[in-house]
Amino acid sequence: MNTGSFSDWGGAMFDLGPLYPFVGWETAMVIVLAVFWIGWHVVQIRGEHRQREAEARKLREGDNLLKAVQGERNIERM
Amino acid sequence: MDNDITALQVLFTETYYWITIVMMFLIHVGFCTYEVGVSRRKNHLATLLKNTMVIPVVGVSFYLFGWWLYSSMVNGPGITGGLVAAPFAEPWNELMGTHMGGTPHGTDITPADTALWARLNGVFWGAFLLFSWTTASIISGSIIERVKSGAFWLIAVMVGSGTWIIDAAWGWHPSGWMVQLLGYHDAYASGVVHAIAGGTALAVLINLGPRIGKFRPDGTPRNIAPQNPWLVCIGLFLIYTGFWGFYAACNIPIYDVQPGDGVFWSATNIYLQPTTLSAITFNFIMSLCGGLMAGYIISKGDAFWTYSGGLAGIIACSAGNDLYHPIQALLIAAIIVAVIYKLHFWVERRFKIDDAVGAVAVHGYAGFLGVCAAGFVLWGYPSSPDALLGHAEPWARITPWGQFAGAMIMFWGLGFIPGYALSWLLKKLNLLRIPHEVELAGLDFSTHAGVTSDDEEIRNAVIQEARTAMRAAK
Repeated sequence: MNTGSFSDWGGAMFDLGPLYPFVGWETAMVIVLAVFWIGWHVVQIRGEHRQREAEARKLREGDNLLKAVQGERNIERM
Repeated sequence: MDNDITALQVLFTETYYWITIVMMFLIHVGFCTYEVGVSRRKNHLATLLKNTMVIPVVGVSFYLFGWWLYSSMVNGPGITGGLVAAPFAEPWNELMGTHMGGTPHGTDITPADTALWARLNGVFWGAFLLFSWTTASIISGSIIERVKSGAFWLIAVMVGSGTWIIDAAWGWHPSGWMVQLLGYHDAYASGVVHAIAGGTALAVLINLGPRIGKFRPDGTPRNIAPQNPWLVCIGLFLIYTGFWGFYAACNIPIYDVQPGDGVFWSATNIYLQPTTLSAITFNFIMSLCGGLMAGYIISKGDAFWTYSGGLAGIIACSAGNDLYHPIQALLIAAIIVAVIYKLHFWVERRFKIDDAVGAVAVHGYAGFLGVCAAGFVLWGYPSSPDALLGHAEPWARITPWGQFAGAMIMFWGLGFIPGYALSWLLKKLNLLRIPHEVELAGLDFSTHAGVTSDDEEIRNAVIQEARTAMRAAK
């Protein structure tokens, strides 16, 4: 088993090209990276939107907003 | 790497850029420090994370497409030619990975490509990526305490891996169409980094609106002072330090600048025009001095604006700091800093723009005016090494109108308009600004609540443990 394109450092250095493993799989790795990057943004934006709306709902209840502005930091006491 | 001179040139250039990248990292540290210092305690953590996450978000997008844009878009495309092939910058190319520079594995690059790019591609990519983070960070500070992080990160990607790198291809490349046709000269990025970021920030601020309480009912502005002046000052000192690395990274450290058959080794600016590290040391320091002195006087000794004046002074001279005399640099810095200080407060009052850190003024106005100033002071200078590049017909020379056109493209064309369009869209989708109640309570409301709840639980557990121990002792 050899994941790289060379097996020792004894050959001619001028012939040595890519050093990383799985040469030839670059396009697949780029696709994985692009999917991960786009997916991260989707998950983040949805999560942030949900979190901020939930906070806003909690703060709209009773006089929670006033308590929060005055320094109350324990949601259970709201 | 087959002879001593080539090997030394390549290895020195690789090492040089690697060091500039480490130095420039201080810019991001400084921006984070500075922003947290300006923000109120209830927003500290969200503010810090917002800017920190620029690193991966823009880092990945710059790997995927940003770096390719720089080399492929120099002609517009469609202005002086088509898209330029840049296989070494395509994310799936073997040269976008660890490589020894020998025989290529694929067929889309030649042995000459691998010999040149194997040791330089990563450090060039990294240096330009650090510039990308800077453009995004500039915007980040101005919109603190009310923007949704996700919205900012989309704007950061647009600027950091899109608009700024396109403007760099156009006006910050030896063969960029703006350099060829307009004689655009912007050696240390007054326009290509700072004006575009300032223009984008202004556009986002218009759609985002001011922080709650910034303006009185009669429309006059209140001063929301920086909450930790020490952190702000340290942050700006770090930015100065990183900016020095930025200047170094805008140079190529060793290059044969003699056209024809002769050999003359020199450092060059980004356009491959001869310059020296000594020149930019003179001018970096003297423009910093001019900016600090003007900032101190015009703001009547306000620490925030004195430090910001120093930064704006450097930015104001960056377009021509490869060629200015140090005294010219100092005077240009001082004059522009006085102008942008007044302009910041006039725009704030007149248009109700709440720029929390003055980024539009310090980067946008100073960058714009700095590009224009270079048009007058460097009138008639060559904007590119056309003779070195082998062009029989010389390209355009530096002129006031060419620089003005370039500044307009940077600030308005690639800065304001795309920034306005994207932030307008995010606003329509209710993704731009946090809910009103959350802004009042603070972005860290949930985090603080969680910490408080944990603290109280731990305290109760400790008290219970103490009672148990006391009972056992009796």
